[in-house]
Amino acid sequence: MVVIKMVDRIKFSLFSPEMIRKMSSAKITVPDTYNDDSYPIDGGLMDLRMGVIDPGLKCKVCGGTIRSCPGHYGHIELVRPVIHPEFSKVIFFILKSSCHSCKRLLLHQDEIDELARRIESDLEEEPKAKSKKRTECPHCKAKIAEIKLLRPTSFFKDGLMMLPTEVRDWLAAIPDRDLKVLGFDPHYARPEWMIITALIVPAVSVRPSITLETGDRSEDDLTHKLVDIMRINQRLEANINAGAPQLIIEDLWELVQYHVTTYFNNETSNIPPARHRSGRPLKTLSQRLKGKEGRFRYNLSGKRVNFSARTVISPDPNISISEVGIPNSVAEEMTVPIRVTSWNIEECKKYVLSDEYPKAEYVIRPDGKRIRVTATAREEILTTFGAGYVVERQLIDGDTVLFNRQPSLHRVSIMCHSVRVLPGKTFRLNPVVCPPYNADFDGDEMNLHVIQNEEARVEAEMLMKVHNQIISPRHGHAIIKPQEDYVSGAYFFTKQSAEFSRSEACQLLAMAGISRLPNPDRGEMFSGKLIFSMLLPKELNIKVKSKLQKAKDSSDDPDSLIVIKNGIMVSGALESRSYENEILEQIFHTKGADEARKFIDVSTHMLLDVISKQGLSVSLRNYSVGAENSKKLLEMQDDMKREVEAAIMQFKNKTLERSPGLSLRESLEEKIMQITSRARESAGTMVERSLGFDNTAIIMAKIGARGSLLNAIQMAAMVGQQAVRSKRLTRGYRGRTLIHFKRNDLGAGARGFVFSSFKTGLSPTEFFHHSMGGRESLVNTAIRTARSGYMQRRLINALQDMVVMQDLSVRDSRGVIVQFKFGGDGQDPIKANIKTEAPEEIKREEHDA
Amino acid sequence: MTTKSKKQIEVGEAVGIVAAQSIGEPGTQMTMRTFHYAGVAEQVPTGLPRLIELVDARKEPKKPIMDIFLKEEYAASEEKAKAVAKDIECTTLDKVAYVEEDFEEKKILITLEPSELETEGVVASEVAKKVKALAGSHVEHKDNVITVKPTTSSLRNIRRLTNKLKQVHIKGVERISRTLVVKGKDGKYFIRTSGSNLATLMKNPKVDTERLYTNDVQETARVLGIEAARNALVREIKQVLDMQNLNVDVRHCMLLADAMTMGGEIKSIGRHGLSGEKAGVLARAAFEETVKHLINAATHGDDDKLIGVTENIIIGQTVPVGTGLVRLKVKLG
Repeated sequence: MVVIKMVDRIKFSLFSPEMIRKMSSAKITVPDTYNDDSYPIDGGLMDLRMGVIDPGLKCKVCGGTIRSCPGHYGHIELVRPVIHPEFSKVIFFILKSSCHSCKRLLLHQDEIDELARRIESDLEEEPKAKSKKRTECPHCKAKIAEIKLLRPTSFFKDGLMMLPTEVRDWLAAIPDRDLKVLGFDPHYARPEWMIITALIVPAVSVRPSITLETGDRSEDDLTHKLVDIMRINQRLEANINAGAPQLIIEDLWELVQYHVTTYFNNETSNIPPARHRSGRPLKTLSQRLKGKEGRFRYNLSGKRVNFSARTVISPDPNISISEVGIPNSVAEEMTVPIRVTSWNIEECKKYVLSDEYPKAEYVIRPDGKRIRVTATAREEILTTFGAGYVVERQLIDGDTVLFNRQPSLHRVSIMCHSVRVLPGKTFRLNPVVCPPYNADFDGDEMNLHVIQNEEARVEAEMLMKVHNQIISPRHGHAIIKPQEDYVSGAYFFTKQSAEFSRSEACQLLAMAGISRLPNPDRGEMFSGKLIFSMLLPKELNIKVKSKLQKAKDSSDDPDSLIVIKNGIMVSGALESRSYENEILEQIFHTKGADEARKFIDVSTHMLLDVISKQGLSVSLRNYSVGAENSKKLLEMQDDMKREVEAAIMQFKNKTLERSPGLSLRESLEEKIMQITSRARESAGTMVERSLGFDNTAIIMAKIGARGSLLNAIQMAAMVGQQAVRSKRLTRGYRGRTLIHFKRNDLGAGARGFVFSSFKTGLSPTEFFHHSMGGRESLVNTAIRTARSGYMQRRLINALQDMVVMQDLSVRDSRGVIVQFKFGGDGQDPIKANIKTEAPEEIKREEHDA
Repeated sequence: MTTKSKKQIEVGEAVGIVAAQSIGEPGTQMTMRTFHYAGVAEQVPTGLPRLIELVDARKEPKKPIMDIFLKEEYAASEEKAKAVAKDIECTTLDKVAYVEEDFEEKKILITLEPSELETEGVVASEVAKKVKALAGSHVEHKDNVITVKPTTSSLRNIRRLTNKLKQVHIKGVERISRTLVVKGKDGKYFIRTSGSNLATLMKNPKVDTERLYTNDVQETARVLGIEAARNALVREIKQVLDMQNLNVDVRHCMLLADAMTMGGEIKSIGRHGLSGEKAGVLARAAFEETVKHLINAATHGDDDKLIGVTENIIIGQTVPVGTGLVRLKVKLG
């Protein structure tokens, strides 16, 4: 993109009344909007000199229509000045700091000079006026008046109310030099301009009226407010001209002040908000800017865009992780601009000539005119068609798009994919890229943005492409990684007993797109490890202990130590850690992002085939511990109950040992919690033992594919202690959770211990207790998302300007150094985990050989 | 290329945003639970509440905790460690005495408990001295009863004085309300306390001052200086994340801590701290307190030089980060 002009800086200042009048293209004199023919009244609030919002009409100032006229300011002459409510604090500060008689600052001349000098030399900002201690003005020796501010806009001098005119005269008389000392720049902001004599009226396009279905017009809140101001202003004028008593005039003046105050901010404290006829408070200027839905956060920090699409996502493991499946209907709707050059002119012509997908939707001529490609326009376009034209053609395979899922909590929530147009109506996503987006397919929707220029496209492809994001900068480990069934597949495929026939091996390798068949290593058969090794780069050397090492008793089990030597799997069955992290990360670091992507694509294809052919299922039987164990379990629970009862007895006899720092009651709770958690632990070991390692549910838990041992325990043995605020259940009735229990029963069952398993089903009281715990976690989740969201917003806002500079120092936008070297060592967290050398033992073996 | 330069961070990388995301994103997965240090303090905030506490730079943590490591000769035996712990633990008057008011006579009676005095190892006269130091007027000490006759006669003030007297510091280190001797991983004993008083404990000869640790970052800044506080912040943030099994690179925590401490004092993340001091008017207006910032900018005739990220997004220009950081050095034309 060619940058022709850039905004260098923005100056903030106040408008003087003269400036407002000069800027204004219309003086508003009528407190009304449209006449009976719904034509804007001249001198009214919808005056045609302030721009147009009705189709067909033309702006009297610039001649533009709704689309072309940006709107122009108008102004209202207030008969009596009023105070700008947002500046009342500033005005108060100035009044307090200056003399009511000579209007000088309440400081000695040399003090003023000293402060002025310091401000000019930029040594100190905003020095505070130390005028409070004085009782008389150092310049004219007048007694200092006591100034009070009654919010929002009333000033009192020695207990007497000051009229805005008085205030203005005072402010106007303060010399420029003194104002500089107070931190003002009098050239841009004279304090008397904070008193409004001419009120700016925003252009009509800022406050458009809407026409309802009934044909009635509904004016914008700002217009309503301006009408109010105008009405009272006119009444005030009439009364003054008629020589009405001062009291009435002041009342009306006060009313103008009220309307102006609410016009600026309808949430000003101490005054009632102005309301719409329906009783809804009006949304005035301040409300338009403020907060999450205000102009700044809603329209300026975040903008709506064209060339975007949104729909439901569904999984497709057959496309690459860097692709996204796009339905035909979306691809036909969206366009990509292609600049016509002598190299691609034939291709571009093809799009223009085509009648069906993929075709050109629009053509932009070198003069900037955009022409819709229709059957009739086609010929005319082609007569002058050539380099310099831009063709907007429909989306095709290989186009670059951005894909996003909200909430966009980290940078991998938006990544660059390449297009794959597919039948169907949903966006298709490889399940391997679910973790960075935190997506699942229970109805999630995602957004798609089509990149519209070369610069953006290159940047997106180099920085945001999925495979460049495989390693998360958060911890330097893979965040895009195969999970769940892929891990199960990897385990079953690479474990010692996995063997495949020649035809099976061919099939699997074909899935991965490999046509070379290695020599069988087990007689006629091929081991899974051998086939899997075909996917690994030759440079790969890994030696890690498997997650299973502790799980299985025999330490010399060939599956528990994973050794990969020069890209050949020597031993070990893969589990989540070795597959997702060790292998994937090493490939990423040694062979690059694209190879890592290929590895993921290819290995998932193969593993998916493995797991679908072998099958992996979980049934009720997986959670049966058998009659004998069930009996044991009951005995264990009885023991536990007895232990709890014993502890309660001790408590009642006061023989219970007190834990340090706890009351007797708390000690009891602590002890019971210990007993119950011990019971669950022993239930756990029992479940683990009786279900055995051949149990698919246990295997999945152990290799980190899906589920945990806790899930198995809760389903097979017992659900265990329920808690609210990390304590046993106590809420409900007096001394009990439910009326089914005796009052003050401290026993396990009465305080939320669930003896049943999910398999046997919960008793009614247990069910209730379980929902108590469930409720708490739901509430916590809701609170947590809100709190962590705000924390993250604050973190981002505080740290967003910090960037690594050429010397590796981290600085903010002002250039202030935050770190002399990023992270103390200048290392990228993504690359910090690179292992520079082969594992010790593999190296030694190599040396020996 | 050497390994070192291979691992080097790229120039222009928006490390601030990455750090903020890396710390913020796991926030959604954190628990709200409080942690229970058995015997010392219950309900020590961990997880998200603690992280927010750190980032807010509160004056004092909700539950200050100290880990006091002892010099070799005390750390080896549990008994010696316990003796030190006992010395350190703060004893207040209501622990060694029974304090009650006599509203009729308008006086406060403090009945000392000899057994408690003995276990705490304090003499009655000493207690009386401390009481005198606070109450000042008319303190009589007879055997085990100290009588205080307040000068004010209003019942409310008497009650107020009584409550103050109950908290009179008799012995030990102030603010250390509880101690517990814990056996560390290395087999040595250390003391964990509820309440924190770094300055006093630094002077204790039995304490290994080099390892003395408090979770009160502000106190660390006051006593040991801003660089110590920065390190404490990094450690605390990292610890909170680690406890939740959330893997976050320390570099992100370091950047956050450095940003908070770069001004020489701990500044909070938010409108009263770092975000409130940003250069750009628009950036501040877009964060919080929109109108206030615009009004101030107008009265002072401020300039927004559009050097930050938010400002440039607002006016629709390239953001000065990453590729956008590159500028032409020579002005053409």
